[in-house]
Amino acid sequence: MTTESVPRPLQVSTDLSRPYWEAAREGRLLLQQCSICQALRHYPRLLCSHCHSEDVTWREASRRGQVHSWTVAHHPFHPSFSAEVPYTLVTVDLEEGPRALGRWIGDTPVLGQRVVGRFERRDAGVDLVFEKA
Amino acid sequence: MRLYNRSCVTGIGETAYTRKSTRSAFQLQIEASLKAIADAGLKPADIDGVIPIGVISGTADDFIENFGIPDLRFSALIPHGGASPVMALQAAAAAIAGGVCQHVLITFGRNISAMAGNNRAGSRIHTMPQFHYVTEFEHPMGASAPAQLYAPMARRHMELYGTTVEHFGEVAVACREHAILNGNALMTRPITLDDHRASRMIADPFRLLDCSLESDGGAAIIVSDADRARDARHRRIFIAGVAAGHPDSPGSITQRADITSLGIAKAAPRAFAMAGVTHGDIQVAEIYDCFTYAVIRQIEDMGFCARGEGGPFVSGGRLKLDGALPTNTHGGLLSQAHVWGLNHVVELTRQLRGDGGAAQVPNAKVGLVTGYGDLGDGALAILTRE
Repeated sequence: MTTESVPRPLQVSTDLSRPYWEAAREGRLLLQQCSICQALRHYPRLLCSHCHSEDVTWREASRRGQVHSWTVAHHPFHPSFSAEVPYTLVTVDLEEGPRALGRWIGDTPVLGQRVVGRFERRDAGVDLVFEKA
Repeated sequence: MRLYNRSCVTGIGETAYTRKSTRSAFQLQIEASLKAIADAGLKPADIDGVIPIGVISGTADDFIENFGIPDLRFSALIPHGGASPVMALQAAAAAIAGGVCQHVLITFGRNISAMAGNNRAGSRIHTMPQFHYVTEFEHPMGASAPAQLYAPMARRHMELYGTTVEHFGEVAVACREHAILNGNALMTRPITLDDHRASRMIADPFRLLDCSLESDGGAAIIVSDADRARDARHRRIFIAGVAAGHPDSPGSITQRADITSLGIAKAAPRAFAMAGVTHGDIQVAEIYDCFTYAVIRQIEDMGFCARGEGGPFVSGGRLKLDGALPTNTHGGLLSQAHVWGLNHVVELTRQLRGDGGAAQVPNAKVGLVTGYGDLGDGALAILTRE
C-alpha cells in the first residue's frame, strides 16, 4: 500500500530478549516466568523483582486481553512512518497480567474492550497487532 | 530535616531563547553560567561544585578547564531528563549540607538546530539508555516520541475522570499569557481555548499546543551554602524542601501498574514536610510542562487536589497570574523555551526576589518548582524568600 523510503527502526534483540523475538517471528507471544516463584514479567529483564532469581522459563501467552488505553499517531516523529500516519497504538492488559503495546486495527478502541493480538511481518521485523476479539 | 534551609539559590542566568542559534551548546551553557556566577557575586574560580544537566554540552572537566577552577570538590550526573534540574537542587543541597562544597553550578545548554540529521524528540530518545525498553519494543512500531508515549496516560485520565480538551487548553493559554509578559520567550502571540482546540493533532489527545517547544539556549543557577549566601548580591532564596521520586516501572509506561501515576507523588509529601509548609502556602508554582496534561497530573499527584480533579482545578484561568495558583509565570516549556526546566528554577528565584517584572506575583514569599523527566521521574523543590 505504501512505499517507505526510510526503513523502520530495527528491532534489535538482546541476550535477555532473544527468545521473545524468535517466538514473535513464529507468531507466538512469550512472557518471562520466574522459575522459582512463577511470577510473570514483561518486558524482559534480568531479575525477578519478587525473589531476585535470574532463572526464567518462557511461557506462551494467549494474546488475549482488554484495552487499557490508546493513542492515534498523527505526526510522524520518525520519517519511516510518514506514509502510515494516522495509525493507532493500543495498550493492552494481557489475560496473563503483564501489558503489551501494539498497533490497532479497527474502529476507535474502547477502554475495557476485549481484544486479540497477532504478529505481522513488517520490513525486517514483526509488529504486534491487536483487533476486536 | 537536615537539608531544610541549608542552602540558597544565589545566582541565576539565561541566554536569549531562540531557534537556529549560531552558538554551540557549550557556548550557550557557558554564557548562562557566567551570568549566574556574576549574579551571585562570585567569580568563576569560586565554583567548587558542578552538575551539568544532561551532558549534552560541557562536562565537569570542561568547567574546570575554562573557568580555571583550582579545586572542584563535587560533581554529579543526574540521568533523569527534565527531572534532572530539580533533582540537581537536591544533590547540591545535600552536598552543601554535608560540607562537601559551598557553591554548586547547575548548568544546561543546547543547540538543537545544530545537531546533525533529524534532531527532533522522536529521533533522540531511543539513543538514551534509560529508554531501552521503548527502543526495543515500542519505537520500531511507531511509538517513538514522548508525545506518543505519554498520550495513553492522558487518554486513560480523560476516560476515567472526564478530563477534557478544554482542561488541557487552560494550561496552554495560561502559559502563553505569561510568556507574552516575559520578554525572553519564543511564543509571543496570544492564544485562546479555541486556538488550542483547533491546533493540529500530534498524538491524540495531544494537539500541537499541548506540546512543549524545541529551542536553543542555556540556563544556569548557583546553589550556595546558606551562610555564604549572606555575602551574595541578592536576598537569600532558601531551598526549604526538596525531594525526588520515581514511578513504578520507570523505564516503561506500558508496564506501569497505574499508567497515570508519576514519581512526584512519592516526592511531594517529603518536600512539603521538609519545608514545613502546606499547599495553601504556595503563592507561585513553576510546574514542568512538557505537555499540558503533565501539569494537570502533577497538580493532582502533589496533592493540590484529588486524583481526577486536576482538570476542574485548572479551569477558569486558575493558573493565571490573578488565579488561585499562578503557574509558569515565565511561559514554561510550552511558551517560553525548553531548557529541561532549568528556566522554571530561574523563574521561581526571580519571583521570590520580587524581580518578576510584568509577571510578578505580588509579594511572593513561598513558591514551588517541579521537574518531570523521561517516563515519569519527578522532583519538586519549595523555595522561600528570607
